[in-house]
Amino acid sequence: MAVSFWAVSFWHPGGLCYSSHRPDHRKSPPVAMPVFAGSALTCLRGDRLVFTGLDFRIAPGEALFLLGPNGSGKSSLLRVMAGLLKPIRGQLSWDDVPVSDDPDAHRGRIHYVGHLDAVKPVLSAVENLSFWATLGGAADPRGNALRALDRLGVPHIANVPGRYLSAGQKRRLNLARIIAAPAALWLLDEPTVALDRAAIALFEEIIAEHRAAGGMVAVSTHVDIAMPGARNLHLDDFTPVLRGVDDEVGDEDEEHAA
Amino acid sequence: MTRFLRLIGRDLRLALRQGSDASIAVMFFVLCVVLFPFGVGPEPNILARIAAGVIWVAALLASLLSLERLFQNDYEDGSLELLSLSTLPMEAVVLAKTLAHWLVTGLPLIAAAPLLALLLNMDAEGFGVLVLTLLVGTPILSLIGSIGAALTLGARRGGVLLSLLILPLYIPVLIFGAGAIDAALNGLTPRPHLLLLGGLLAGALPLAPWASAAALRQAVE
Repeated sequence: MAVSFWAVSFWHPGGLCYSSHRPDHRKSPPVAMPVFAGSALTCLRGDRLVFTGLDFRIAPGEALFLLGPNGSGKSSLLRVMAGLLKPIRGQLSWDDVPVSDDPDAHRGRIHYVGHLDAVKPVLSAVENLSFWATLGGAADPRGNALRALDRLGVPHIANVPGRYLSAGQKRRLNLARIIAAPAALWLLDEPTVALDRAAIALFEEIIAEHRAAGGMVAVSTHVDIAMPGARNLHLDDFTPVLRGVDDEVGDEDEEHAA
Repeated sequence: MTRFLRLIGRDLRLALRQGSDASIAVMFFVLCVVLFPFGVGPEPNILARIAAGVIWVAALLASLLSLERLFQNDYEDGSLELLSLSTLPMEAVVLAKTLAHWLVTGLPLIAAAPLLALLLNMDAEGFGVLVLTLLVGTPILSLIGSIGAALTLGARRGGVLLSLLILPLYIPVLIFGAGAIDAALNGLTPRPHLLLLGGLLAGALPLAPWASAAALRQAVE
C-alpha cells in the first residue's frame, strides 16, 4: 500500500509546462477531442432521490448551465462530476472511457469551486494561492499565483493575510485558484456569490478565454452570467418528486430542500 | 513529492503562525506530569517507580488533545474537499498532515521528557531509553490518532468520541513504551520492547493513512 501511493504521487498529469492563459490542448492528443459525458446518472442523498436518469455531455469549448430551484440537485451534480460523490447508478465518461477506471487522472483535469473558499486566515493571499497552484501542478506556483490575482483585479491583496479579506475578495482568491494551475474542466458551484458587477464581468471574460482554448465549463448559478452558446440543463426535469410519484412524500421533500 | 513536501510545509507554517496549537500540547504534558508529585506525595522512591508510566500516560493524553484539530480546520474551510480533489492521493495527504502534526506536537514532548524524568527522580540510566521509546512511540500515537480524527470529523462533540475510540488502541504502545524503560532501569535489555514498538510503527505507517483516507473520503461526500 505504502509503496503504491508513493508511486502514484510522483506522477502528475501534464501540468508542467503551463503559461496562465494558454491551457490544455497539449495535454490531450490533438486528434481525439475529449468529451466529458454522463449517462443515466442517479443521485441519492440520505434517503432522498435527488435526480434520476440524468444525461449530459460537454465537448471542448462548451459550457453547461445547471438550472433549477433550490434543492434540485445542482450542487450534487457538480459533486458527482468532480468525483466527490458517487452516483448510485449511471456512469461518467471522459472520451468514452469510464471515469471510474482512472479516478486519479480525472482529478488531474478538473477544478472545482464549491461554497467554501478554502482560504487560510493566517496565510497571505499569495501564499494561499501558490499552495493550491503547486498541488495543481503549476511549474512556477508563485508567479502563476501573482498573475492570477492580477487577472482577477486584486493584485493589491497579494500580501494581505486571509483573515483581513472581505467575502468578495476571498471569492476572487478562490476563483484565481482555477487559473493559477491548468485544468480542462471547470466545475463551478455558484461562483459569483459575493462578487460585484465588475468582478462578474471579469470572470465572464476568463470563462470565455478558457472555452476559446478548448476548456469545458459547468456552472450552477442564480445570477445571470453571460456565456454565449452555453447549453442549459434543467435539473427539475430529472427530479423524481416533481413527476408526482407520491404527493405526501413530495411535500415533505420540498420542505427539506428549502 | 514536491506537493507532499509543500503540504507538510503549509501545515507547519499554519501551526507556527497560529502558535497556540503547537505549544498547548507540550504545556499540557508538562502540567500533567507535574501534578503527580502533588497527588501521590513527594516520596522520591515512589516517584522514581512510577515515572516511566506517568510520563507515557501524559504523552498519550497530550497527543490526544491536539489530534481533534488534525483535519478539523481543513474540513470546515473547504480545503479538505480540494485536497481530496488534487492529484495527491488521499493517503499521502493524511501522511503529510500526520507528519506535520507530529513535528509540531510530538517533538516538543520528546524534548521536554528528560526534564520531567529528572523531576520525578528517574534514574539517569533510563533517560536514553525514555527518549528512544518516545521517538518511536509518538509517531504511532499520531498515526493511530489520525484514524480517530478522520472518523469523528463533522461529529458533534467529536473530541470526546475521539478519546473513546483511540485511547484503547493506545494501550499496546503504552505497555511497550513504559515496559522498555522499566526494563532498562532494572538492568534488563529494553531491546524486545523497542523492537515491538518498532513493529507497531511499521504496521501503523501504511495502515493508518489508508484507513484515515477511507474515512476522509466518506467525510467529504
